[in-house]
Amino acid sequence: MFANTKKVEEFAENMASVDTVKGRSLWQDAMGRFLKNKAAVTSVILLGLILLFSFVGPYFAQWTNEEIDWSTLGAVAEKGRPSIESGHYFGTDDLGRDLYSRVIQGTQVSLMVGVVGALIAVIVGTLYGAIAGYFGGRVDSVMMRAVDILMAIPYMFILILLLVVFGRSIIMLFVGIGLVSWLSMARIVRGQTLTIKNKEFVEAAIATGVPSFIIILRHIVPNLLGVVVVYATLLVPEMILTESFISFLGLGVQEPNTSWGALISDGAGTIQYGTLWQLLFPLFFFVVSLFSFYFIGDGLRDALDPKDR
Amino acid sequence: MFNFVLRRLGIAIPTMLLLIIFSFIMMHAAPGGPFNSERPLPPQVLANIEARYGLDKPLPVQMFDYVVAIVTQFDFGPSFRYADRSVNDIIALGFPVTLTYGLWSFVVAVTVGVSLGVAAAVYHNSWLDYLAVGVSIGAQVLPNFVMAPILVLVFTLWLGLLPGGGWNGGQWNHVIMPVIALSTSYMANIARITRSSMLEVLHSNFIRTARAKGLPQRRIIWTHALKPSLLPVISYLGPAFVGMITGSVVVDVYFSTGGIGQLFVNSALTRDYSVMMGITILFGALTIFFNMVVDVLYAWIDPKIRL
Amino acid sequence: MSLLEVKDLSISFEITDGTVNAVNGLSFDIDAGQTLAIVGESGSGKSQTVFAAMGLLADNGTAKGSIKFGDLELIGMSEQRLNKVRAEQIAMIFQDPMTSLNPYMRISDQMVEVLMQHKKMNKSDALKESIKMLEAVHLPDAKSVIRRYPHECSGGMRQRIMIAMALLCRPKLLIADEPTTALDVTVQAQIMTLLSDVQKEFGTAIILITHDLGVVAGSCRETLVMYGGRVMEFGKTKDIFASPGHPYTKGLLSAIPRLDTENAELASIPGNPPNAMTLPKGCPFAGRCAHTMDKCWDVMPALEPFAEGTRLRACHLPLEEMN
Repeated sequence: MFANTKKVEEFAENMASVDTVKGRSLWQDAMGRFLKNKAAVTSVILLGLILLFSFVGPYFAQWTNEEIDWSTLGAVAEKGRPSIESGHYFGTDDLGRDLYSRVIQGTQVSLMVGVVGALIAVIVGTLYGAIAGYFGGRVDSVMMRAVDILMAIPYMFILILLLVVFGRSIIMLFVGIGLVSWLSMARIVRGQTLTIKNKEFVEAAIATGVPSFIIILRHIVPNLLGVVVVYATLLVPEMILTESFISFLGLGVQEPNTSWGALISDGAGTIQYGTLWQLLFPLFFFVVSLFSFYFIGDGLRDALDPKDR
Repeated sequence: MFNFVLRRLGIAIPTMLLLIIFSFIMMHAAPGGPFNSERPLPPQVLANIEARYGLDKPLPVQMFDYVVAIVTQFDFGPSFRYADRSVNDIIALGFPVTLTYGLWSFVVAVTVGVSLGVAAAVYHNSWLDYLAVGVSIGAQVLPNFVMAPILVLVFTLWLGLLPGGGWNGGQWNHVIMPVIALSTSYMANIARITRSSMLEVLHSNFIRTARAKGLPQRRIIWTHALKPSLLPVISYLGPAFVGMITGSVVVDVYFSTGGIGQLFVNSALTRDYSVMMGITILFGALTIFFNMVVDVLYAWIDPKIRL
Repeated sequence: MSLLEVKDLSISFEITDGTVNAVNGLSFDIDAGQTLAIVGESGSGKSQTVFAAMGLLADNGTAKGSIKFGDLELIGMSEQRLNKVRAEQIAMIFQDPMTSLNPYMRISDQMVEVLMQHKKMNKSDALKESIKMLEAVHLPDAKSVIRRYPHECSGGMRQRIMIAMALLCRPKLLIADEPTTALDVTVQAQIMTLLSDVQKEFGTAIILITHDLGVVAGSCRETLVMYGGRVMEFGKTKDIFASPGHPYTKGLLSAIPRLDTENAELASIPGNPPNAMTLPKGCPFAGRCAHTMDKCWDVMPALEPFAEGTRLRACHLPLEEMN
């Protein structure tokens, strides 16, 4: 997480140093460069396919994710193998449920957790960071000190604590993940805001008496967009990792719902029984998606980074 | 230096207090906890809690007592589950285990990561460099909970070289896989950070000066380039420490090593709140302390930071 | 015999978009104890020329041709053997004294290591010698300054420290790459005075690289004007100032701000240096020159002697038409 934060911080510095007035728009320019990045474009395609799979996949399923195929009972290693005939394309899990349907469901849940978590981070983190950076002085130091304090706490334990105390549910998971995910975003945005607020157009707005909150929303936030987009892309896999971690421990998503982490956990628990597909299918989707998100994030950063121009 | 540490403490102490108070409030809010009587607890446990917290006292007094007991005696009170054990007893069971493989993982991650990163930067664009980059990209998507089953699959089920779990008093063959599982992604991150900062430093003006002075390559790398290259690594140590503490939960659960992580998950599943709070506070304190050490280390290397 | 002899030097860099030709067939030499200024705009290849001599080219750069220091051929020399030349024979100071010293090491450590490496001195002798050298470059309070870190010194102090460090092994040649560019104007003059003192006191030959002809005037006996990686003009500094033999030199001279003339307008040379990716067939200055003729575009003028062989110029424009 931190390594990415660092990269994005550097990127933010470069972004702040460039003048926004350009012949071609910044985004058009970036688009062109992004499309030249093979790894990033491949990642977009792969991610698109996975997304498509999670929506269209159910129409091809012959079993729902909750049905138990009793014929595999007690002999999952032989009868639960992936096969077209039985309709279990990815095989069955240890209880005889169709892994294909479960992987689809896990994909939906994991991607949703990732995107929603990142979204919370974007909204809360951007506003918090922009406000702290814009007002500066005492407001800034109190707000950032609070972030420092929250960051010094091993949040995974707090998150598990929350889940145990308030009951495990997807909503609680979102709340818990959202509580911590915005911290580093706030830091990056604040730094960026500090540089933007000294630009002439902000000074002009202040001089003409535009209220602070309008300045933040109309002049600061739009100029933060590049950094926020890049960091949000890198946050999605972090969120997925966090959720998977908790689900791996059996403390996250509850049955019959599932997620990549929960599926990997199930698969990892049965590897000694010769049912390796139970680990490999969810792992494949997990690894490919994470790779894709990282490459897209890196690609976006390189494309938007004015330093390389 | 003294002022610097004081200022750090200025953050650390409120953080710690906040964490303890938060824990206390959570304990109160918990459904089925001892402070509401939805679910009856075993009478002996209830008596322990009664004696410890003084449930008849007003809430702020209870909280104050809780904080004081932790700060002055490091006493986390009785377990909510076991009548004959205190939180401290339970933590004492797992702590040596976690400490052993945690320390090893940390050492492995830092030494291997830094060496790999330095080598990759010095032999830029060689096979070693490509290997380091490949490993660090790969490790980004192989977190500990993926590494653990893969390791067991390869070394236990296929090769039959290592036991798939247990601790056995910390015998080396029980320690290896937890250490690898826990350290891999941090090792890779450290390698990547070291590599890129080393590359940046090697292209800096002062390294050019050092070369113009006719110094041998070895001296340039070890005395001129290494120290500044390590600064970003040092700032990463804090997050890495938190990550490893968190990861120890997975390692404990998957390898059944019996460390603190396992105790934490067990108490989470059995709703033994006081143990959960105790572990959270303990790890919080460790993290805060470690971050202070890191800050001091950073300031010691970088002369530009005023102590 | 000349101290340093550069013959037909070409330097190119491989980048993702192709090859950049920084220096093309450059030749010049400098005698022991002499002073030579290499003048040109940024991008003219002047810094890369001396980097090639020190073996300091970036990894993607290659140098062809010959740079001889006495009998030693510096191009293609192994790092190990180069390390015996660096600092001991040829020392170098750089443009930006703020970043050229290692910010994480005390000045004492950075100076002492040179003497320990090359003169095999022990640490305390090396320290004494270093303090002596700092005093020789007129650094006040050398004994306490040497224990500082670079960021605790001003820019002028740091450049003095760089010069002292370069002189530690009493090199025969000191290369100063834009030593005053990053400094305040008042400090610039002090550093230039110091360099000429050093030259007299230690008998060190100096190659001064600069884009500012104004700096050259009082300090160097000879001047080499470079453009687009080639020599445009060479000769005694005072001759060049009195009657520039190349339109480019003339342009540079008129770009120096002067107080003694009525004309308040500051001249500049229109346009930018040529793209070093595509080598022009003719004169690299053709696109910006006020006297461009048809053949300037097609034929690179040869470097030819004039003024009884004391000066060299590379220009198609007859000398008589220069003024």
